[in-house]
Amino acid sequence: MNLITPEFGLLFWQTLIFLLLFLLLAKFAWKPILGSLKDREDSIDQALKMAEQAKLEMQSLKAGNEKLLADARHERDQMLKEGQNIANQLIEKAKTSATEEANRITQQAREAIQQEKNQALAEVKNTAAQLSVDIAERVLRRELADPAAQQKLVDEYLKDVKLN
Amino acid sequence: MKRLLTLLLCLCTFVGFSAEPTKTGEKGESFNPGEVILHHVADSHEWHWFSTDNSNFVTYLPIIAYQPGKGLSVFSSKHIAEGETYGNFKLEEEKLVTTDGSKVYDFSITKNVAALAMSSLVLLLVFSSVAKSYRRRAGQAPSGLQNALEPFVLFIRDEVAKKSIGPKYERYMPYLLTVFFFIWFNNLLGLTPGAANLTGNIAVTGALAILTLIITLFSANKNYWGHIFAPPGVPWPLYIIMVPVELVGVIVKPFSLMIRLFANITAGHIIILSFISLIFIFRSAATGFLSVPFGLFISLLELLVSILQAYIFTLLTAMYIGSAVEEHHHDDAHSHDEDFGTAEQRGGGSNFTHFGQPDVAAH
Repeated sequence: MNLITPEFGLLFWQTLIFLLLFLLLAKFAWKPILGSLKDREDSIDQALKMAEQAKLEMQSLKAGNEKLLADARHERDQMLKEGQNIANQLIEKAKTSATEEANRITQQAREAIQQEKNQALAEVKNTAAQLSVDIAERVLRRELADPAAQQKLVDEYLKDVKLN
Repeated sequence: MKRLLTLLLCLCTFVGFSAEPTKTGEKGESFNPGEVILHHVADSHEWHWFSTDNSNFVTYLPIIAYQPGKGLSVFSSKHIAEGETYGNFKLEEEKLVTTDGSKVYDFSITKNVAALAMSSLVLLLVFSSVAKSYRRRAGQAPSGLQNALEPFVLFIRDEVAKKSIGPKYERYMPYLLTVFFFIWFNNLLGLTPGAANLTGNIAVTGALAILTLIITLFSANKNYWGHIFAPPGVPWPLYIIMVPVELVGVIVKPFSLMIRLFANITAGHIIILSFISLIFIFRSAATGFLSVPFGLFISLLELLVSILQAYIFTLLTAMYIGSAVEEHHHDDAHSHDEDFGTAEQRGGGSNFTHFGQPDVAAH
């Protein structure tokens, strides 16, 4: 029966000591422990959230980079194409102008040749005329001496002329 | 390491318990197992460690007695040991009485009070050191003792307080944690040889239950009292029956807490002691081949029971508080129904709890 009758003294001490223990633990143990646990959980939550955010940012950054890269590539292609065009045009132009120049030079040469030829012909004509005049002069001089010799000379000169 | 320690404690338990009966055997008295067992389970004014053939190792604890009209007397229990009288005090079956039969209040530092003070000191040291490591290692992973006890703190918070009390759980966390660790530590200390059976004492469990009752009543809201004095869904003539039953329920809840813890812990001690006593009843060491394995098994079971009972006491306390602070009724009744079932299975508990919940049956 002793076992199930609460002792007043023990009840008193248990209440007193337990309440003291409760107050001390609450102040010096549970408060810091629960506070730290909460802080830790909050910080883990925050870290996870931040990681998620960083991941999203990274993704958007990556997408941006890719777009930038594609743009750059496109631009480069365009520039290359333009350059090619310009080069082709330049070559074409150069070719045309070179042909023209060549044609012009040929023309000039041709004209110069013609001129030279004309001059040469004129000179030949002059020379021939001079020669004729000379022959005539000589013929005229011999005529006075001997008509047979004159004839003979004319023939001679004519022969020479033919040889020339 | 922990397992080794447990084993060691169990072995020591046997040594401690078996030392006592030899004394009676030496004296040629007949061995009275009931008396020996009750002596070990009950409180005492002296701390009896062990006895050898010719001497007892006993620490005499101070007696503090208050007599109305005569005042306080403080003296060592050595003066009234072995049936002696000191002044007008004497011990009658471990109970302090006066020779003239006058009234005396016994505030003695008994074995249980001394054990209580020491275990409280242990709890304070352990948890202040844990708190210190939380401060010192802020923002780092827990380590050591802190790491070992953190899961229990988290379990009480997440599985007991949050689920049973709801959003207002934070106010009650210090009490729940104190109750849980107090009961658990003292259950374990009670299993060590030579220690007091503190949580198997009805005054101790009673004091805890009364505190739970007080906290429940002081945190009760209008809803809680409404359920007691005007149970919803009940025609008013039935109030004559329902209101007293509900009122009884308020008292029965903590009463069941008190009985459950006391009975579980004391029963465990009695079973272990009974197995050991078998050796002395049969006066044969060979009985040890039966008693030791069985005693070991029960000791291991007691290790489990010590945390289980701490958990049940804490869980039920949280649920009583939860029912007092809860705003909505219907989910409340449901969860109670479930939890009471499990608690009774585990605790081997009383049927009284059902009387506390007549509104559950009504639904």
